[in-house]
Amino acid sequence: MYLDNDRRPTLTPQLAVRVALIGGIALVAFAVIFFRLWYLQVLSGDRYLAEARDNRVREIKVQAARGEIVDRDGRKLVDNRPANAVVLSPDRLPEDLDDRQALYRRLGKLLDMKPRAIERDVEPQLSALPYSTATVKQDVSHQLAWYLLEHRDDFRGADVERVFLRSYPHHEIGAHLFGTVGELNADQEKDPRYRDVALGDRVGQTGVEFQYDRYLRGRNGASRLQVDAMGNLNRRLNKRDPKQGRQLRLSVDLDVQEAGQEALAGGTGRGAFAVMDIKSGEVLGLGSQPSFDPNIFSKGIKKRDYDRLLDEDNGAPLTNRAIQGLYPTGSTFKLVTAVAGLEGGLITPDTPIHDPGSYTVGDTVFENAGKVAHGTLALRQALTVSSDVFFYQLGDQLNSTGDGLGLQHWARRLGMGRNTGIDLPEELPGLLPTPKWRNALYRNKETLEPWTPGHNVNLSVGQGDLQADPLQMAVAYAAIANGGRVLRPRLGQRIEDSSGRAIQQLEAPTARRLKIAPEYRQAILEGLRGAASAPGGTSTSVFADFPIQIAGKTGTAEKGAGRADQSWYVALAPWPEPKYVVAVTDEAGGFGADTAAPMARRILAALFNVKETKLVEGGGSSD
Amino acid sequence: MPAPTPVTDFRERGVRILPLDPLLLFATLGLSAASLYIVGTATQDDIPGDPNYYVTRQAAYAGVGILLMLLISRFDYSRLREWKIGIYGVMIGAILLVYALGFSARGSKRAIEIGFFNFQASELGKLLLVLSLSAFVVDRMRRLEDRETTSRIILLTLIPAMLVIAQPDLGSGLVYLAIALAVLFVAGTKWTHFAALGAIAVAAVAIVLVAAPAVGVEVLKPYQVDRLTAFLNPTNNPKKEGYQINQSLTAIGSGGKTGRGDQATQTRLDFLPEHHTDFIFSVVGEELGFVGAALVLSLFALLIWRALRILTMSKNLYGALIAGGITAMLMFQVFVNVGMTIGIMPITGVPLPLMSYGGSSVLVTFMALGVMQSIYARARETATVKGL
Repeated sequence: MYLDNDRRPTLTPQLAVRVALIGGIALVAFAVIFFRLWYLQVLSGDRYLAEARDNRVREIKVQAARGEIVDRDGRKLVDNRPANAVVLSPDRLPEDLDDRQALYRRLGKLLDMKPRAIERDVEPQLSALPYSTATVKQDVSHQLAWYLLEHRDDFRGADVERVFLRSYPHHEIGAHLFGTVGELNADQEKDPRYRDVALGDRVGQTGVEFQYDRYLRGRNGASRLQVDAMGNLNRRLNKRDPKQGRQLRLSVDLDVQEAGQEALAGGTGRGAFAVMDIKSGEVLGLGSQPSFDPNIFSKGIKKRDYDRLLDEDNGAPLTNRAIQGLYPTGSTFKLVTAVAGLEGGLITPDTPIHDPGSYTVGDTVFENAGKVAHGTLALRQALTVSSDVFFYQLGDQLNSTGDGLGLQHWARRLGMGRNTGIDLPEELPGLLPTPKWRNALYRNKETLEPWTPGHNVNLSVGQGDLQADPLQMAVAYAAIANGGRVLRPRLGQRIEDSSGRAIQQLEAPTARRLKIAPEYRQAILEGLRGAASAPGGTSTSVFADFPIQIAGKTGTAEKGAGRADQSWYVALAPWPEPKYVVAVTDEAGGFGADTAAPMARRILAALFNVKETKLVEGGGSSD
Repeated sequence: MPAPTPVTDFRERGVRILPLDPLLLFATLGLSAASLYIVGTATQDDIPGDPNYYVTRQAAYAGVGILLMLLISRFDYSRLREWKIGIYGVMIGAILLVYALGFSARGSKRAIEIGFFNFQASELGKLLLVLSLSAFVVDRMRRLEDRETTSRIILLTLIPAMLVIAQPDLGSGLVYLAIALAVLFVAGTKWTHFAALGAIAVAAVAIVLVAAPAVGVEVLKPYQVDRLTAFLNPTNNPKKEGYQINQSLTAIGSGGKTGRGDQATQTRLDFLPEHHTDFIFSVVGEELGFVGAALVLSLFALLIWRALRILTMSKNLYGALIAGGITAMLMFQVFVNVGMTIGIMPITGVPLPLMSYGGSSVLVTFMALGVMQSIYARARETATVKGL
């Protein structure tokens, strides 16, 4: 049957070559496969093994509660409250955008939110962290949470998660101090300070919450789950419990803080105060009005609310006027001028100067407040009655003595125009006017006149271009009262565990030392004491029946035509061994003795636990 | 170059049973056993409540396959030459039947359901094409130099190849082309013909992948093009085409030197797709490591070596051409499949012979190896008769 051409008795050389070629191809192919396998399995095995492990393990974040903040007596200032958050779990979420949008519509109806707003908020979260949940709404009621859990099939992908929300039980009290929390934003993510924090985690954004975030934020826990390729839970691997942040004890005294803000609210509603220990720099109270309720930040603040808090017309409640106020200080500045005059050798504590009621520099006539003529007086009396003319003369002479910067030098040493270094973010240094500064403005045509002696005369009584805040004034007064130490004010006292045991004392920063002759300091303090107690003293009447003896200086800063004067008072108490300094200002309070001094009295009452039977009326002096 | 070894086995002379190539048989059974082990471990969690679903079926296929192999090895392949037209017709008919009756799995119509067995005509076609094509070539041996012979053979291949590519089963179509080239090559077709075919192939690929889509004609489905090109840069699209390659590389790489055994999470947790069929070699790599993969590859090397040796031993040209075609069929599938799992070849959906789960592929491979044993047996018989 076989055809001839099918006979093939021997292997022809041609076929041998071809078979050899096929064998060669096979050999090369096997060699390539073996080398590739060697590379994949032996050389890169560890890398792929790690990849395979990553493949099956999902980490689910467990939020850590932030540490609590307590006052110097352990009273709770800031804590946490558990809340229900509606979240989306990516594992159960529909893949298709249309289906997700349908879910957003249903959720929008349930949560009273705009579906588009949910989408805008949630989609970036989902793509940023593909396996973590995305938050839709932070704080929903129990009923709503239960409804959602019972109807999970209608809201496939949505879930309810227990979260901790920052809670500020005292609402507006201390808001500026404590600050706010908010989600870590994209800029902060790159900051090494937030190395261990994931996008969307809540961190301190302002105030102490920001300053001590490192201690307060704690460490998130994680549930590690083994899942299969469909994302179905296979088994739980292990769990790292969340660690709550440390408790932070502040030097703040809640009563003092409350008294200060209530006192300020009782004035024109815009102002600030600072209370500090003059030896240690510990801040017992630091407040600003108008204030705000930081609770609205904990669940994510709405843009509308945020804009309202920044609005100047509402008094920009977010501004912390105690460290960001840019105010002329009025006569409270005379303490600085006195130091400069004494240390500059222009006067001794007993050098008499005649005060006829006005002082003329060039063609400008500077008058005493109320045009009173105080007659001949020395430093103590000049402070007690707050003679402007006395200090006008010092200002004028300081401008023409030496480099003409004697007043500025001493003002700067006492902390004017520079940050106090308090442990709060975003402090403003204010402005200490100098000839150089004003002449530069003049050259740039930003002001109408260059520096004249009149400007120094203005500065000598805290008027004109000077910009300072209550905390700076408190630091300057403390320096005179404590022997010349310019303190860096401190809020943070120590880091504690949750039961209040100290873990770490927050280091007290070293103070700058000034050399001021003790007899000069004593003279200034006696002048201030007189102002609060001697007949004719500017605030004597305010403190007449106050059981604690104090020294204090009023201030009335002119704000320009048509605007009410700014009222100031700085007190040192108790006399004669002061322990605390209290600085208060009301932006439109008029004379210092009218508004600020009674506010200071209320704060001092809280500080020394004095029961006041009635609110004290201000008055008694036109400064 | 292995030459036929003199027969020294006394049993064959005495009992006159047809001999089998023992090494080829060893490689065949070794791979089949490895397949059962790997399919068993890889699929134990796939069907809830029935951990042995796949392995019992694969064992049944292997059992039937071994039986078929032994039967076919007793049969004189040379008689198949007379039936070439019928064989070719059955092949084309079966492929067309799939078009008519086939059910579609994931968008491709490849199989006919017969009981619980899915008959894939394109798999059977591989063997039928070898048998018929070899016969056609033997008929035209005297005119092998003619261009017409080469083009006829290529045309006879392109008809079924195009039919299965359109199913779409690109992998089988490419196997058909490899078979045709191998049969022509072994027959002794001139180098110039291969050069011309190479040029045409390059042009065809250029048209299919570049020119045709540019004018709006879709020869390959987009997913096929993506799969073909994904291996060039798997990280480009880690979610879709690149996903399989990445998961396969992770599986094999994580196996390391000695494998992860029961800890083979890529397989067990379903990260590795198609782990019992196209990507079974990745499972070998993950569970048994470099050692296991090398062992399996060695068995394939042994298989191919013996197949090439049988090619040279064949008592007639028809047997040599069949051996050449089957060798090419096995080599192409092994290298393309393994190459795919280690990321150096495109994803074409070619099964790993004997290893991949699947009745059609396993049965057809056993049958092809039965034909190889038949060629071996006739060669030994002739040699014995001639007293060599």
